[in-house]
Amino acid sequence: MTAPSHHGAPAAVRPAAISARGWGWRHAGRAKPAVRALDLDIQPGERVLLLGPSGAGKSTLLHALAGVLGDVNDDGEAGESDESGSLLVDSASPREQRGRAGLMQQDPETQVVLSRVGDDVAFGAENLAVPRDEIWTRVHEALDDVGLSHLPLDHPTSALSGGQKQRLALAGILAMRPGLILLDEPTANLDPAGVLEVRDAVARCLDKTGATLVVVEHRVSVWKDLVDRIVVLQPGSSTESAVLLDGPPDQVLSEARSMLIAAGVWVPGYVPETRQRTEGPVPGTGDLLLAAEELAVSRARARRKGFRKLPPVPVQQGISAQVRAGQALAITGPNGAGKSTFALTLAGLLEPVAGKVSATLALSRGAGIDPYRWKAEQLIERVGTVFQEPEHQFVTGKVLDELLFGPQHLGHGAERVDELLERLRLTELVDANPYTLSGGEKRRLSVATVLAAHPQVLVLDEPTFGQDANTWAELASFLSELLDSGTAVVSVTHDAEFTAALGGTELRMAAAPAVAS
Amino acid sequence: MRQELNLQANHALLARANPLSKFAAVFLVTAVLALSIDWVSASVALVFELLLFPLAGLTLALLWQRGWPLIIAAAVGGWSTSILAPDSGKTLIDVGLWTMSEGSLELGAGFMLRGLAIALPAVLLMSCTDPTDLADALAQKARLPHRFVLGTLAAMRLVGLLAEEWQTIGMARRARGVGSRGNALRRVKATLGQSFGLLVQAIRRASRLAVTMEARGFGGGTRTWARESTYSWLDAWVLGGGVLVAGTAFATALWAGTWNMVWLGS
Repeated sequence: MTAPSHHGAPAAVRPAAISARGWGWRHAGRAKPAVRALDLDIQPGERVLLLGPSGAGKSTLLHALAGVLGDVNDDGEAGESDESGSLLVDSASPREQRGRAGLMQQDPETQVVLSRVGDDVAFGAENLAVPRDEIWTRVHEALDDVGLSHLPLDHPTSALSGGQKQRLALAGILAMRPGLILLDEPTANLDPAGVLEVRDAVARCLDKTGATLVVVEHRVSVWKDLVDRIVVLQPGSSTESAVLLDGPPDQVLSEARSMLIAAGVWVPGYVPETRQRTEGPVPGTGDLLLAAEELAVSRARARRKGFRKLPPVPVQQGISAQVRAGQALAITGPNGAGKSTFALTLAGLLEPVAGKVSATLALSRGAGIDPYRWKAEQLIERVGTVFQEPEHQFVTGKVLDELLFGPQHLGHGAERVDELLERLRLTELVDANPYTLSGGEKRRLSVATVLAAHPQVLVLDEPTFGQDANTWAELASFLSELLDSGTAVVSVTHDAEFTAALGGTELRMAAAPAVAS
Repeated sequence: MRQELNLQANHALLARANPLSKFAAVFLVTAVLALSIDWVSASVALVFELLLFPLAGLTLALLWQRGWPLIIAAAVGGWSTSILAPDSGKTLIDVGLWTMSEGSLELGAGFMLRGLAIALPAVLLMSCTDPTDLADALAQKARLPHRFVLGTLAAMRLVGLLAEEWQTIGMARRARGVGSRGNALRRVKATLGQSFGLLVQAIRRASRLAVTMEARGFGGGTRTWARESTYSWLDAWVLGGGVLVAGTAFATALWAGTWNMVWLGS
């Protein structure tokens, strides 16, 4: 060990103040500025929830406050960007104050830097050149604050759940002792338990340190009681201010309720209206299309150990389910229960470890009983699967080509494309590159591309994750129409309201038994 | 893959040594073995290596699991050398073109043993060296630039994620009708498309990780190290062990008269 720290008790956190004056930012390669003419003051210790429609520049503002704007944007493009006006943290540029602000982003996988828990928390403090002894004091304290102190310091970060990864990221931020904590949709990728875990950890840490908080999140109810101010941003124009509304949560929510609902914000106590199914679904009716019997599932393939082949350890087993025409099947349960793995196996994309998936004649139409053995073309006109991350499924460079891709492969069915474009509001975007769409647009496109091949069964993996209320309602209504027209809809979801909107049967999967690796 | 990169369960003696001293010892041994194709120096080194394996927390079963491709490659190399090398001494087998003589058998055995003796230290090194500890040693002791070392370390963690993502993208594309089964041309096309998808995701992940690292103050001039990379008496033993193995192998081969410098021919 090197020289012991003579700093004594660590200095208390000094909350940061934020001041924006006519601030604007245009990303490199974009025609329109992401933020324009922002005037905003945030006092030290204030806790602010930032709301607004997509494209209002919320993430851009957080990145700017974190001092990481300008070098690399989300598309990995570097280049000429434009800044106007001033944005100050404690009356200095955020870029010149490393460690004054800590930023947490949405994707838990990229919030972890190193492979051991203790090292990851220490990373920020190391970069700020904190003396070694004090780093470890801070690491223990931060892990304690976020409720992860039960983990050994050499615990592998890859073994953490999404909620734990976000809490770990928070610990890494706390170890820098920042005066400003910035959260960019920190819980959008988490299950309900994970959301509360992270929210409560943030609340505890703020109560303890008194740091300033700025959080961006669609789901207002999660953060409403924790913040003392809501700021609603709007896409800037040359005449209007970027701040649409600003005030205490209750006041803003009542004043702007209808406007926020129109903008797709999840306002507390509001469930968007969705189309009702015309016929009340009677569980157990409708033609049987697919059946799973005593299924054991795993994403892993058989492993090789020297010359031996070992079957993978199933993440879940003994699952039986039936998929019927015109019926919704919701697969629910905690994270890690193997819901997605089961759905992908049911959809003919993964090979069962044990048990079987069988298609009835009504679905297979001569293609054979086992969906996993179907050719890709045979699969897409029978079972369509919409993945959680729309980008994984994009195969062309244009929205229209995406929609025509399935029908062209099958040699028929292009007539439905116009209807889907219209119905899912993609007509304006036919020439756009799929990767450049907003989150909601990507989701609508990914559903449309799979449906363009006319599958009789539609499987969706967490279709509502991170979606705003408008996309949510559109999706639920659209799926209820599909169900009425006789398509079977299987959805893996944590979203109880979504399950209720679609009706049908629910397959609740229990947490998988802990398996030693 | 990620589990294999994580060595937290390995509490073996050699896992506690500094990665740089382990590298130096392995370099010494393999350098000596690379100089000569003779079976004596290779066998001596191999015996030492097998004795040292328990110190790295390895068992024979684990060794086979991690090193089987290398072991098979060495055996195949030895076999082909013994039947193809120029014959000398008594002929043992003669099947038309293929002949095996005492001289070629000796050369083949030397080749196989040498292959094993050079390959196994690498397996040993990988089995008892944590990537984080290696990065610490490279940045603190070997004085490599920390931006480079830590950037590589963080990127390595993403490699495991990419393996998972590759599988997911493959499934997601099958669900779009892109077949990865069928004739060779179709497979090549499907693999190219899948690689592009993976590349896009890798770039996105990497830029988000870069933002995370920068937001944690990474990239500044000075930084401290929470884990101090140190040398201890153990490292003297590791280096001494390397010298001992390399020296004994060399001396035994000289004494037995089998030392056979690669570039001098025979």
